Amino acid sequence: MKILVAVKRVIDYNVQIRVKEDNSGIVTDNVKMSTNPPDDNAIEEAVKIKESGKATEVVAVTVGEEKAQETVRKALAVGADRGIHVKTDGILEPLAVSKILQKITEKEKPNLVFMGKQAIDDDCNQTGQMLSALLNWPQATFASKIEVKDNKLEVTREIDEGLETIEINTPAIVTCDLRLNEPRYASLPNIMKAKKKPIEEILASDLGVDTAPRLEQIKVEEPPKRKAGIKVASVAELVQKLKNEAKVI
Amino acid sequence: MSRESMEYDVVIIGGGPSGLSTAIKLKQLDSNLNICLLEKSSEIGAHILSGNVFETRALDELLPNWRELNSPIKTKVTKEKFLFLGKNKSLSWPTWLLPAVQQNHKNYIISLANLCRWLAEQAETLGVEIFPGFPASEVLFNEDGSVRGVATQDMGVDREGNKKDSFEPGIELLGKVTVFAEGCRGHLGKQLIEKFELNKGKDPQQYGIGFKEIWEIEDKNHEEGLVMHTAGWPLDNNTYGGSFMYHAENKQVFLGYVIGLDYKNPHLSPYDEFQRFKTHPAIKKIIENGKRISYGARALIEGGFQSLPKMFMPGALLVGCDAGTLNMPKIKGSHTAMKSGMIAAETINYHFKKGDDLSVYEKIFKESWLFKELYKARNVKPSFNWGLILGIIFTGIDQILFRGRLPFTLKHKHADHETLRPANEMPKIDYPKYDNIITFDKTSSVYLTGTNHEDNQPVHLKLKDPDLPINYTLEKFDEPAQRYCPAGVYEVQIENKKNKFVINSQNCIHCKTCDIKEPSQNIIWVTPEGGGGPKYGNM
Repeated sequence: MKILVAVKRVIDYNVQIRVKEDNSGIVTDNVKMSTNPPDDNAIEEAVKIKESGKATEVVAVTVGEEKAQETVRKALAVGADRGIHVKTDGILEPLAVSKILQKITEKEKPNLVFMGKQAIDDDCNQTGQMLSALLNWPQATFASKIEVKDNKLEVTREIDEGLETIEINTPAIVTCDLRLNEPRYASLPNIMKAKKKPIEEILASDLGVDTAPRLEQIKVEEPPKRKAGIKVASVAELVQKLKNEAKVI
Repeated sequence: MSRESMEYDVVIIGGGPSGLSTAIKLKQLDSNLNICLLEKSSEIGAHILSGNVFETRALDELLPNWRELNSPIKTKVTKEKFLFLGKNKSLSWPTWLLPAVQQNHKNYIISLANLCRWLAEQAETLGVEIFPGFPASEVLFNEDGSVRGVATQDMGVDREGNKKDSFEPGIELLGKVTVFAEGCRGHLGKQLIEKFELNKGKDPQQYGIGFKEIWEIEDKNHEEGLVMHTAGWPLDNNTYGGSFMYHAENKQVFLGYVIGLDYKNPHLSPYDEFQRFKTHPAIKKIIENGKRISYGARALIEGGFQSLPKMFMPGALLVGCDAGTLNMPKIKGSHTAMKSGMIAAETINYHFKKGDDLSVYEKIFKESWLFKELYKARNVKPSFNWGLILGIIFTGIDQILFRGRLPFTLKHKHADHETLRPANEMPKIDYPKYDNIITFDKTSSVYLTGTNHEDNQPVHLKLKDPDLPINYTLEKFDEPAQRYCPAGVYEVQIENKKNKFVINSQNCIHCKTCDIKEPSQNIIWVTPEGGGGPKYGNM
């Protein structure tokens, strides 16, 4: 069994996001970038399945500019066997990424495709679902537990009401939740070994996919600032203010 | 559990200007050398912070074609100002009356973090293996006592010291020579200085704490290339310190404050002095209607020549501010750090090729411009022990008339942790409230640093005696850690009507001030799990 895992390079979750002064986007120069956190869970799960003997190969794929390759390199350092970097420039929307992943899936013929449930930069939460539709494969989203059975997967999903367990046929798409596992650290010797693992570079244009954005971004703004709170001296004052000033009771 | 080990010709600890220059120079001298460089931050540059007005002298020697290599050194200094501040007034000091060391017309306004990122690219191109996110936590020794290398920090250990599922043991990196380039108050450098008595016969080291904020300001207030320094308010005559404001590209100003850690009043809060400084009319008018986009703080070395330890020991070298090569009157340490790294590389090259002892470092150092520069600068900082006014007068005589050649050397008498006076003998300081426009609290400042540490890991700020902060330091010095820490790590809270000393180690921005200033040297800074700490952008 072969597992394809899609990883995305995003601004590190600890970095405070700053909007460009002309509102054309966010500042990314000299900002620390990392792998999208739930994508780390996706890689970890694939590597665990391989370690349990149920999979034979884990392939990490990313789509994006030159430096996006770092995320593939990191995946290789924590146990993926080889990597694919589909090179593109400019803004990528989930549909374009899904179409690229569709081509890669058709080429690689994996039994499972894993990825994070959403990326922390645009929060779209669409790529896995779109890929499922494009391939006409079953999908299990927001997975917090995955059990591999013969030609089937039992997946526990994080949903609003609690946990839902479903069974789907493979081949399938699974999008991973942060609760799925605790990603391992890349050890120094493994980082060194990862430098020697192969990464295939493919130009998006060679796949015949039109990556042009379908949406026009008008402007990016910071959310409005919250007003400072006030301290009240007594419950009576609080009630009075809620009634007369905030007018909520 | 035994650790894996890897062997290299040279292992370098720290990816700042000195470590990276060592690596680059070594590869230039012998491209066959296997060199590895460890950095504790998640990427090169993420833990470094500096003004920075950059003198290119060392870089001109290291990479003479730097202008053609798309370096981030772009903004030439075009104009200089020096202001003396009173509470509401300011007096401009003519720049021709400034000593030559404080003139910057040939220098550039840069981000040191970006310079390091670029130097790292150059080093990687030459084949240096750079590993960010791996703090060296322990020095390894051979049986004969010489340095054998370092071990990296174990990862995946919980708060109580148990191994988590994700546990990943550290590994041993063994070098024929190990170069320590951790920066000011490096936690391994400190151990080596003690073990090999590298500071024997030297004056106690002197430190300062430096703050920096980056502001995006209004076009009309911005003058790209302008360098401005101030002395005076809000500090009193007896406290050593001053500010910098550098107008960089993209309508940004790098605004900062440095205070000597030899201050005496335990009520003094360096952070609040910096915040208060920004409210001075001469400063406020520049940043007004601007936006603060970055914050950070870091201890720096001020001891200079008198306090500079021996920089070689069996199997290892100490470079940059891990030893203390900053030139205080110049307020610059990047070019000197780089040069000390380049000398280390030459030393190692002689050691490998001719079998010279590492002590040849001293000889090359003494013949270099670095030595001459630090020698000339040596009397400035100690003269400020007489106060700001006498310090300035003496510095004028020493630097302008005698150009640093006075036939005596002033001493640093005390280590910084010895200078605090009891709290009840010193005046309390009433700092103004933060307005959230010009001045900000520590929490919102730390938020801008992007600092994080994985929460379930051992506290990396160790107390030798866990009861001392409440039983002694609180009563005698009103626990100054609450104030000298620029990130709000230390708090005294009341729990069940009893005082409790709280360490919020997750906030730590790795400045090392506590390790330096704690009056009983009771706080020891050790390396946290790799990748933790601030994530500075262009600091």
